[in-house]
Amino acid sequence: MNRSRTWMRLIILGVIFVGISVALYNAFIKDTAAVQANELAPDFILKTLEDNQEFQLSKQQGKGIVLNFWGTWCAPCREEMPALEKMSQEFKDKGVEVIGVNIGESDVTVESFRDTYHITFPILMDRKREITQLYEIGPIPTTYFIDPDGVVKKIVIGGPMAEKTIKENIAQILPQQ
Amino acid sequence: MNNVKCECGHVSPVGTVLCEACGNPLLEEIKQKDSPLDMRYEGAARRSQTYNKTIIDKVWNFFSSVKIAVYMIVIVLVASIVGTVFPQEMYIPVPKPASIFYEETYGFIGKIYYLLGFHNLFSSWWYVLLLLMIGISLVVCSLDRMIPLYKALKKQKVKHSVNFLTRQRLKAEISVPAEWGVKLDQLQGFLKKRHYEVRREGDSLLAEKGRFSRWGPYINHIGLIIFLIGALMRLVPGYYLDQYVWVKDGETKKVPETPYYVKSEGFTIDFYEKGDLPEDVGLDNLQGVIKQYQTKAVLYENVNEGLPGSEPKLQEVARHEIIVNHPLKYKDLQLFQSGQRPQAIAALNMTLVNEKTGDKLGKFKIDLYNPQTEYKINDTTTIKMLEYYPDFEFTKDKKPTTKSPNPDNPAFVLNVFSPQTPQGEKAWLFLGSYLPAPGTENIYGYEFSMPDLTNITGLMVRKDKSLPVIYFGCFISMLGLVMGFYWQHRRIWIQTQGPIVYVAGHTNKNWFGLKYEVLDVFKKASIPVSLVEHGKDGKKVD
Repeated sequence: MNRSRTWMRLIILGVIFVGISVALYNAFIKDTAAVQANELAPDFILKTLEDNQEFQLSKQQGKGIVLNFWGTWCAPCREEMPALEKMSQEFKDKGVEVIGVNIGESDVTVESFRDTYHITFPILMDRKREITQLYEIGPIPTTYFIDPDGVVKKIVIGGPMAEKTIKENIAQILPQQ
Repeated sequence: MNNVKCECGHVSPVGTVLCEACGNPLLEEIKQKDSPLDMRYEGAARRSQTYNKTIIDKVWNFFSSVKIAVYMIVIVLVASIVGTVFPQEMYIPVPKPASIFYEETYGFIGKIYYLLGFHNLFSSWWYVLLLLMIGISLVVCSLDRMIPLYKALKKQKVKHSVNFLTRQRLKAEISVPAEWGVKLDQLQGFLKKRHYEVRREGDSLLAEKGRFSRWGPYINHIGLIIFLIGALMRLVPGYYLDQYVWVKDGETKKVPETPYYVKSEGFTIDFYEKGDLPEDVGLDNLQGVIKQYQTKAVLYENVNEGLPGSEPKLQEVARHEIIVNHPLKYKDLQLFQSGQRPQAIAALNMTLVNEKTGDKLGKFKIDLYNPQTEYKINDTTTIKMLEYYPDFEFTKDKKPTTKSPNPDNPAFVLNVFSPQTPQGEKAWLFLGSYLPAPGTENIYGYEFSMPDLTNITGLMVRKDKSLPVIYFGCFISMLGLVMGFYWQHRRIWIQTQGPIVYVAGHTNKNWFGLKYEVLDVFKKASIPVSLVEHGKDGKKVD
């Protein structure tokens, strides 16, 4: 009798604790962010500003990708542009490409911005903000460092990033020579 | 430990205070006294009061304590209050990380606030943990009390010990009246008329009604637990969605986090007019009193949902005129009317003029949301748009920039190519004015006509699969409350012991009602009775 009571209570408490652990795990430990470090970057397709060509992320495998979400209205985005441009030049031949994703602005706005800041790396136009939503972009700029296998190695939220920061993170996504 | 055997022969589990069968006190120190008995949980053995040796016992006892539950509830309430002192993280008014914002805005207190997790209180681990512990406490408290209570009530016999009967809060002792057998039958009949369920054993009876009201609190707890489960379901991906989408007239936009697109076929604001109200309301000037916001909305599903960013293939699935409180509903998705930006400028209607001659060369329209790069005025004249700042301002180093992507203060740089200006002629164009490049005298100027206006509707996007569960929990909880509040569990014992008839009554509330019923049935049977009533504290009540 006593023994069966102890078991009963053990079972009741056990069930409750398992339930609680699952709930807490779901709520706190399991990261529900759409994009996470050391996981594949979600694939997408977008058109470039330059020539309206389609750019598909998964087709870039073999290259390291620095994916930078930005808008012309965002001051830290503007401030980190020269550094990004410089790094894009420096690592272009080493298999790392900088890709800008403009969030929902018009061609004219982005073109004049590109010319003002002398940007040469490709700019993707996320006109419907679909990819911005897909990546659950909060504050901008947000930059993803994606390795040649398409795996996100580092996420930098906010800015401006210093040249040094960009360089250090690019080091993680350099293709093996 | 051994089970306890009562004088009546019944064996009750260890920890029992009052014998399950006859109600006789089992503990010597209670047996000796003559104060009214503590009838809580029928004196049944509660696990939490009986065992406290093992860790499991201790955990069980912790959660079965109502006192601890009350403390936890108070902590949650106080924390919830504190959580409203400063804005929660998601409502921070400036785009700054929480780690900086709170300290900068509110100083040291703000820093503490942030460090203790109050900035994200309602999903902070300790807050959720406390809620869950209250949930466990609900379950354990209920089990710890309800099961013994149920067993005790089920096992009670008609005949009770005298020690039990004389120590009830409501009692009487009368000498056996004449024709007692007949009178007792009459009493039984009157009690039955009052909807008592009467059990009879020789010249003793136990009348009982409303036992189900004792389960009210536990049913209420079950409802609360269902409610809690419903609230927790929101954490499961796909069960809950809270988003927002702004849609211009005629525009089709993706509904965030869903495969749907929504099109606004027109947003309108209706105002009250004179005829709408009875004349004596005293409101002569109804100008600007809004009657209704309405969005004609069409919902599409993207049947080509594959690679994000690829061209969607839309298929209409629902169509509704959304007004406040009447959302568009499709499956689990609901779109509510929630915001408005009426009469927003959508496009500028311009005319290019030759300032020297006053000739109007031609009209063109600049779409503020998607301006063209080139506007052809006539065969020889084109305007190129060089720059566009939707929300114009200067940066600190005096460079033109935009404050936001919304066309609230649009500014352009235009370049006119014509036979007179083969190299182009640049000018700044603002809302309602234009400015030639410094130091030059321009040939061309611009005339502004009435701009195109559009209405932008704000739709709240909601999906909540937990809602039926939550409503069901509320219903069950309400059911339990009604059971517990509006009915009482009343018992009347009438027992003959030699020359004396013992009468005793017990109810879990409304003693007045019980007293009235006892007196009434005895009066109807013409048996004089004088009831003695004790208060909870054992003192006599007059």
